Amino acid sequence: MADLAGAPRPSSSVKLVLLGEAAVGKSSLVLRFVNNDFQENKEPTIGAAFLTQKCNLPTRTIKFEIWDTAGQERFASLAPMYYRNAQAALVVYDLTKPTSLVKAKHWVAELQRQASPGIVIALVGNKLDLTNDSGDGEGTDANDSGDARKVSTEEAKTYAEEESLLFFETSAKTGYNVTEVFTAIANAIPETSLKTARGAGASAAAASRAEEQRVNLNGPRDPNAKEGCAC
Amino acid sequence: MDEIAPEYDVIVLGTGLTECILSGVLSVKGKKVLHIDRNDHYGADAASVNLEVLFKKYGNYAKGTEPWKQYGRLNDWNIDLVPKFLMSSGELTNILVSTDVTRYLEFKQVAGSYVQQGSGPRATVAKVPSDAGEALRSPLMGIFEKRRMKGFIEWVGSFNVKDTATHKGLDINTCTMKEVYDKFGLETTTKDFIGHAMALYPNDAYIDLKGGAVEAIDRIRLYGNSVARYGKSPYIYPLYGLGELPQGFARLSAIYGGTYMLNTTVDELVYEDGKAVGIKATMTGVDPEMTFETKAKMILGDPSYFPGKVRVVGHVLRAICVLKHPLASTNDADSCQLIIPQSQVGRKNDIYIACVSSAHNVCPKGYWIAIVSTIAETAANHHLELAPGLERLGRIEEQFMGSPIPLYEPLEDGTRDKIFISKSYDASSHFESTTDDVRDIYRRLAGEELVVEGLREGIQVADE
Ligand SMILES: Cc1cc2nc3c(=O)[nH]c(=O)nc-3n(C[C@H](O)[C@H](O)[C@H](O)COP(=O)(O)OP(=O)(O)OC[C@H]3O[C@@H](n4cnc5c(N)ncnc54)[C@H](O)[C@@H]3O)c2cc1C
Ligand SMILES: Nc1nc2c(ncn2[C@@H]2O[C@H](COP(=O)(O)OP(=O)(O)O)[C@@H](O)[C@H]2O)c(=O)[nH]1
Ligand SMILES: [Mg+2]
Repeated sequence: MADLAGAPRPSSSVKLVLLGEAAVGKSSLVLRFVNNDFQENKEPTIGAAFLTQKCNLPTRTIKFEIWDTAGQERFASLAPMYYRNAQAALVVYDLTKPTSLVKAKHWVAELQRQASPGIVIALVGNKLDLTNDSGDGEGTDANDSGDARKVSTEEAKTYAEEESLLFFETSAKTGYNVTEVFTAIANAIPETSLKTARGAGASAAAASRAEEQRVNLNGPRDPNAKEGCAC
Repeated sequence: MDEIAPEYDVIVLGTGLTECILSGVLSVKGKKVLHIDRNDHYGADAASVNLEVLFKKYGNYAKGTEPWKQYGRLNDWNIDLVPKFLMSSGELTNILVSTDVTRYLEFKQVAGSYVQQGSGPRATVAKVPSDAGEALRSPLMGIFEKRRMKGFIEWVGSFNVKDTATHKGLDINTCTMKEVYDKFGLETTTKDFIGHAMALYPNDAYIDLKGGAVEAIDRIRLYGNSVARYGKSPYIYPLYGLGELPQGFARLSAIYGGTYMLNTTVDELVYEDGKAVGIKATMTGVDPEMTFETKAKMILGDPSYFPGKVRVVGHVLRAICVLKHPLASTNDADSCQLIIPQSQVGRKNDIYIACVSSAHNVCPKGYWIAIVSTIAETAANHHLELAPGLERLGRIEEQFMGSPIPLYEPLEDGTRDKIFISKSYDASSHFESTTDDVRDIYRRLAGEELVVEGLREGIQVADE
């Protein structure tokens, strides 16, 4: 793309949250997407519940700020602050566990009620490697003992279409379809809801006027570098 | 559902701000924390709620009607139950920055800090002067008093407790603030706004306190430094309301391994030899209900979880009001604090008005939320006690005022029974007393001072 040479693609940050029942593979999907890694019987990673990953599209770069649940979903105690202002959500269920789809539907309803109106939601059925159609045709341990699938593609897909959700079946274990989910979300984020990353791009000026009164607490303690009162 | 561990280092009861900060700090320090709340939401008494919840909490509507429906989208309302602002150079700001909880929250300035002089229709409401220049322009003082005030502010700025040359010949460590005021020849009305709207003392007890001058000067400097930081007022406020603060610290705790359970009632505190060693509890809202028992080396929580272990030290009167206009004489501020010093209206305790609006995403456009509060001084007629504050609001669309809210304090310090109880959120207009309580509880339970600077360094996992 010669016309883009030298002109860096506009880059925007997008807050993406993960929702779904515990143990469906939310953290594993992020680990696969961000580090292309997978850990069997993964312990929750301490201190890491905020990751970033870029997604390069032909005309722009989306920088996902990925918020993991930090385990607060385990006893149904996720804080609303967590999904406030999210521009994208990955609602994950486990293909081998029907109750996890019920839970996923609750989350979709909650997002439609509480989240920003333009939010892009992807419904993701994870652990495809445990089913007979594991995507890459590769057999797995589970296949030896038969197909563990308990939620049909048909059922989930119909629901996703009714609610206008993106829909994917993935395996965080093999990596099947994982990047595709994030790319599809990046493509679906409406141009208008994109905040240009701080300092980049001219359209940021208008946005920053509205942000005028926002304060950056991490900035220097006292701008006047004065001790005592501002006299 | 996951299993609850048989034992934790600490069980925390209630998800108010004090509890969530402590939970976060303890988790970061490697303690295994179980954090419980009986409610279905975070925040306990420090929550922000929508109008429907507020109407239902106060019950001030006719059965069968739904008055909240005339006020736009419910989700646009985040009304604080306890009104407070953060001092931008205060301790809570410091804790937020040191723990990186700022990452989850956004703050905006509060547009103005005002004080009332006089009472009734002849009262003056004016910006609190925070530097020498503002002092000279202020309508609060006559021409000669302005000069004296300018001299005082400049002196506070250059004051150094370790340098006697800056002490104006006073024995600063033993003298009273009255002696300091007298040194500058300040008038009573000026002392009033300095002590109440800058040093933020709720009453006049500080004036004659022997050795109290240094603290008063420190408080005035905190005010000045906080104004200097962002310019408009010393206060900042989180978008979507104060309820975001406990949620932010709860997330910090969870990230460092803390376990969260809302909707969970404590059925029994379990003791051995007079020491708390665990709890029996039930989590509802799940099918079937989950009853469990777990142990802990210590238990901390808010007063509501320990009815026999706290005493009432006072009552707060509070009226939450919905307006369709900004406060008069505040330059149409989208947010402000207005302090009515006690002596101006013949009281012993100040009246505070905290006002926020859609600028901070706490209500739809076109609305303002003003919360009027004070410490109760009488046994009845509470609306009369708040009247000087309510008078400042003009037309009120909705008013929520319940019975006086008791302020609780623990009877013991917790070292004997391993139960560490926080204080109720007091009537003060900012969070400095809350962070004092956090430090005090931490000292009691950990046997050391809490140092938040650098808390997450070295254990933080990289972003990218
Ligand atoms: C605006 C407002 C501000 C308040 N501020 C404070 C404050 O700063 N500090 C403070 O301590 N209190 C505060 N309270 C609480 C108040 O003083 C009473 O303690 C409280 O309202 C009593 O419970 P409730 O019936 O109102 O139920 P809620 O407050 O709605 O309590 C929720 C649930 O907890 C249960 N519950 C209540 N107490 C206990 C307990 N000890 N053990 C187990 N379960 C319990 C109730 O039965 C109820 O089911 C405030 C209340 C209001 C309305
Ligand atoms: N077979 C298989 N196991 C998975 C997959 N994704 C996650 N897991 C496992 O499921 C468990 C829970 O995963 P985790 O990512 O912690 O789930 P979370 O609680 O939703 O974040 C772990 O033991 C993972 O190894 C997958 O695609 N296939
Ligand atoms: Mg996880």
